[in-house]
Amino acid sequence: MAPSLKILLLCVLLQLLNAGFEKEFQTKLILAKEGDTLTIPAGTHSILGTLSMDRKAHIFIRGAGIDKSILSFANQDAGAEGLKIINSENITLADFTIKDSKGDAIKIQETKGITLHSVKTSWSRGPHPENGSYGIYPVQCSNVLIDSCIAIGASDAGIYVGQSSDIIVKHSEALLNVAGIEIENSIYAEVFNNHAHGNTGGILIFDLPDLILKNGQDIRVYDNLVENNNLFNFAPPGNIVGTVPAGTGILVMGTRNVEIFNNRILNHKTVGTGIVSYHITGLDITDSLYNPYTSNIYIHDNYYERQKGFPSLKHELGRLFFFRFGRDIPDIIYDGNPDPQILSDDGNIKNGIDLCMQDNHGADFLNLDIKNNFTHWYTPLIARFSTEKSKFVCEVSSLTFPSPSP
Amino acid sequence: MKFKCRISTLPGMFLFTSAVFASGLDSALPRLSDYSFFNRPLKELSPTPAVIPYKLATPLFTDYAFKLRFLVLPEGEKITFLHDEKFAFPVGTIFIKNFYYPADFRYPHKDWNIIETRLLIHSTDGWTGLPYIWNKEQTDATLEIAGGRQHISWINENGKRESIHYQVPNFNDCKSCHVYEGVIQPIGPKPRLLNCDYAYESGEMNQLLKWKELHLLMDIPTPTQVSTTADWSNTKEPIDKRARAYLDVNCAHCHNPKGPANTSGLFLEYTQSNPRQIGIYKPPVAAGRGSGPHQFNIVPGEPDASIFIYRMESNDPGIMMPELGRKMVHREGVELIREWITALPKD
Repeated sequence: MAPSLKILLLCVLLQLLNAGFEKEFQTKLILAKEGDTLTIPAGTHSILGTLSMDRKAHIFIRGAGIDKSILSFANQDAGAEGLKIINSENITLADFTIKDSKGDAIKIQETKGITLHSVKTSWSRGPHPENGSYGIYPVQCSNVLIDSCIAIGASDAGIYVGQSSDIIVKHSEALLNVAGIEIENSIYAEVFNNHAHGNTGGILIFDLPDLILKNGQDIRVYDNLVENNNLFNFAPPGNIVGTVPAGTGILVMGTRNVEIFNNRILNHKTVGTGIVSYHITGLDITDSLYNPYTSNIYIHDNYYERQKGFPSLKHELGRLFFFRFGRDIPDIIYDGNPDPQILSDDGNIKNGIDLCMQDNHGADFLNLDIKNNFTHWYTPLIARFSTEKSKFVCEVSSLTFPSPSP
Repeated sequence: MKFKCRISTLPGMFLFTSAVFASGLDSALPRLSDYSFFNRPLKELSPTPAVIPYKLATPLFTDYAFKLRFLVLPEGEKITFLHDEKFAFPVGTIFIKNFYYPADFRYPHKDWNIIETRLLIHSTDGWTGLPYIWNKEQTDATLEIAGGRQHISWINENGKRESIHYQVPNFNDCKSCHVYEGVIQPIGPKPRLLNCDYAYESGEMNQLLKWKELHLLMDIPTPTQVSTTADWSNTKEPIDKRARAYLDVNCAHCHNPKGPANTSGLFLEYTQSNPRQIGIYKPPVAAGRGSGPHQFNIVPGEPDASIFIYRMESNDPGIMMPELGRKMVHREGVELIREWITALPKD
């Protein structure tokens, strides 16, 4: 080793001996070597700026447990995230809590292989538009595993996986967020055994225009408990998630190949399960490569329960349902705006499936039939909504795709 | 924090005997003075002969800090002109950027408080950014890979005292702005941003011509064949060029199709021509509360309904843009973008 390097190393060591936790931990994140485990000791550590890791492989960051090792960003004055990991490979985060970050709690970008196990993100003041957007936020990643995590209070989505592929979100809990769990512009995602409750919307499967990775597809949502997601929508205005009506269980927008099964979807005042095209947002689309429609949606073997009650009257859809159905709102709602690519000239479905439903216990169905009602759809007394589901009852084989191997 | 590195007194040095450094840090020297870039006293930032000063047509805003930029090439090596956007710099190139505040901005040549010096070093492993923090005595600066913070104050041009908790970026922060296509790159020294005059000791001269004269540059067309970028503060330039230059330098290092903010679909390079991608009537993607009460990045004619202005006017880390390197609102920059948005055609 060159003498200068030795001196440098020693200087860094000295700095570490003299520094507080934030500086010490940030230095470790910078110097980490392949295979290193970085520990977050038990206790609450106050952090003022974003902690970041860049271009590392096989690093394990672990604490002493959820709510035992706490990184608190309550006094953060710099950086837009709590913890940020970028351009890395095979990173594991486990057993710690991130609280009160000014922006996203944990953002992981362009990383191949990211596992979060028993990690909690939360904002202490509860739902608030000034909370950070996302709790757990992998974006442009592959091989994503989110297991046994908890996300509370995000002003957009608690667990949000965007523009990624090969994703598992399981055994996790999302509450008091606008969106509990959201998979956006992603492919090959499995979302199972989660508990999404007390959010504005429980589980969202979205595909949006103008992004690098678009045309999300191949998503399976199963064995989840999705209940009481009736929280007022506290998203800052202007956010797409702000268009989600309070009282939404599962909502699919603009995405293809989605299978929703074996879920318990309970007590949602507005939309138990919704299948809609991006057009429902009313936003115009200039992205010529973007497909705003849903197709090949398979909803089966779910259990629905809903007590009589008013839908969200703050939301256009909620008011529409209220005028038409009073307190007895259908559970599965399809906008009836199928992808023109699967329609033949006479308007019938020919190349593929728009929506297929089977054995959904306790589910009433509503087809808004926007395609035919479009000019009148906002006048519910005239529009011809259909509650007839026979046309959509069918059986298709379950989605299969290469299993992720995080 | 102040300390002396004396090998004999170090406890536990065996802990660090295996190379714990990530690549790129290996060639780093512990002190700025170790590089011999400047004559003594160091604080005058008077360059030694091989160290070439330069400026950018439009610079990045960093909390009103003054900046002095220099370039060093390895002996006998030259820069190759590739195109308007890019030079190829030889291995061994070092960019030196000093950040300082004169005590009173009305007397900018007096009483400097030099905060930090950032080096961007081109090694065989690629580029590495290194932050050096100056000591209080202003005798030297020390490598601080975890960055640092300090409270500083000054008198501004209007005679008013201003102060901030200045943040020196850490090693990773350097990358967060400098990454393009997943690799660290210089941001400022692009041919079009250097294609302007500099007041050398020998007189004013176009920088590209000067570099050619000094035999630093190969294959350079005449400056008239290289495009230029407007000086954002030059009111003789058209507002569109000034605004786009400002957005290019302050935003496009992340907001380009291959940069870290490509998740947003908002692209602000000087050459970007797709209005939606520039933000006109573009809804935010994952801006969260960064969008405030607004629906679109830019609403032509309505700066107060545009997310751009909302984020530029904020100092809240969860809202403001740029995310890093700014603790204060750049009032003049906001004014410029306001004026530009106001003038944008509505259709």
